[in-house]
Amino acid sequence: MSDIKKFMYINTKAPYGTIYAWESLEVVLIGAAFEQEVSMAFIGDGVYQIAKGQDTSDLGVKNFSPTYSALGDYDVNKIYVEKESLEARGLTLDDLLGLKYEDEDDDWAEKDSIRVVSSTELAEILEQQEVVFSF
Amino acid sequence: MKFGIQINEGPYNHEASVSALNFVRAALDAGHEIFRVFFYHDGVNNGTRYTTPPQDDINIVNSWSELAEKHNLDLVVCVAAAQRRGIVDEGEQERNGKDGNNIAPGFRISGLGQLIEAGIQSDRLVVFGD
Amino acid sequence: MSTLHTVNKSPFDRRALESCLRLATKGSAVLLFEDGVYGAMKGTEKSAIVEKALGDVSIYVLGADMKARGVDTSKLIDGIKVVDYKGFVDLTVENDKVNAWL
Repeated sequence: MSDIKKFMYINTKAPYGTIYAWESLEVVLIGAAFEQEVSMAFIGDGVYQIAKGQDTSDLGVKNFSPTYSALGDYDVNKIYVEKESLEARGLTLDDLLGLKYEDEDDDWAEKDSIRVVSSTELAEILEQQEVVFSF
Repeated sequence: MKFGIQINEGPYNHEASVSALNFVRAALDAGHEIFRVFFYHDGVNNGTRYTTPPQDDINIVNSWSELAEKHNLDLVVCVAAAQRRGIVDEGEQERNGKDGNNIAPGFRISGLGQLIEAGIQSDRLVVFGD
Repeated sequence: MSTLHTVNKSPFDRRALESCLRLATKGSAVLLFEDGVYGAMKGTEKSAIVEKALGDVSIYVLGADMKARGVDTSKLIDGIKVVDYKGFVDLTVENDKVNAWL
């Protein structure tokens, strides 16, 4: 068995209404220490997790959206967003957090972590995974 | 074949835990190995021995404890999720200055790394949730 | 590589079944269980998408969850196969991984 597996974290739920988004992000951050080949997918209402402009000050709960920006430092930089899910919700890439990472294979050039992909492309990406975590 | 099981929901409110119990029993009957059952989100509520369902109802917590004893299962409750929801073992009781503990027999509290390890070590990860 | 997709939500309440069928590659297996079994019934407003998907994926339904909900085998869309928990386990073994559509 190879020591490195292809891990996919699938996020399908909106933030704040339930705790799944925040607790699943905690798994991804802890999981980063295990140095697997990690991807994340945001599908359905999951795309709302990485929407810009989140402000929970009037709710009095923690705004965890800035934490997504740290993912690049944890080598989590393959973040797939399904195009059809965005479009169904009237959103575009501009409505999402500008998540970046530094590419160590390209002289640490800053690159975008988010890749908007069609459902056909995402289906292939999901098919290539070895372990799928769902929240 | 080695299975890792992730359970995201508590007992009674959601079928996930019962589905997982039935799945684990069927997998063991078929001669498979359960590497670990990891309880996350409200799933940590499967691990309190203070559950007292009516006598004509299934006792889900006891079912897990009994299955764990019989098959030497590793039932792991996520510490971060458990702290939020008041699931406490002796170590957590001491660390956080609580006046008691409620962890059920056969369960242990540990970190999220145990879920990641289950993903790495198991041939299949099966998730039960909402 | 092949995937067992599991769906445990009623398609009349949540989008899990539609997301699953949109993102399952040809040759995948799909298991409907818990409230997901309602998606296996014929004559509903969701039957057409399930019938269409049957050309590309194999669809299974968990008998125990059907029985609990009073869903008779005669009400199933043609081509959907009923499995028990052992069959559920076998499906996870026959496929390389499991993707739960929560």
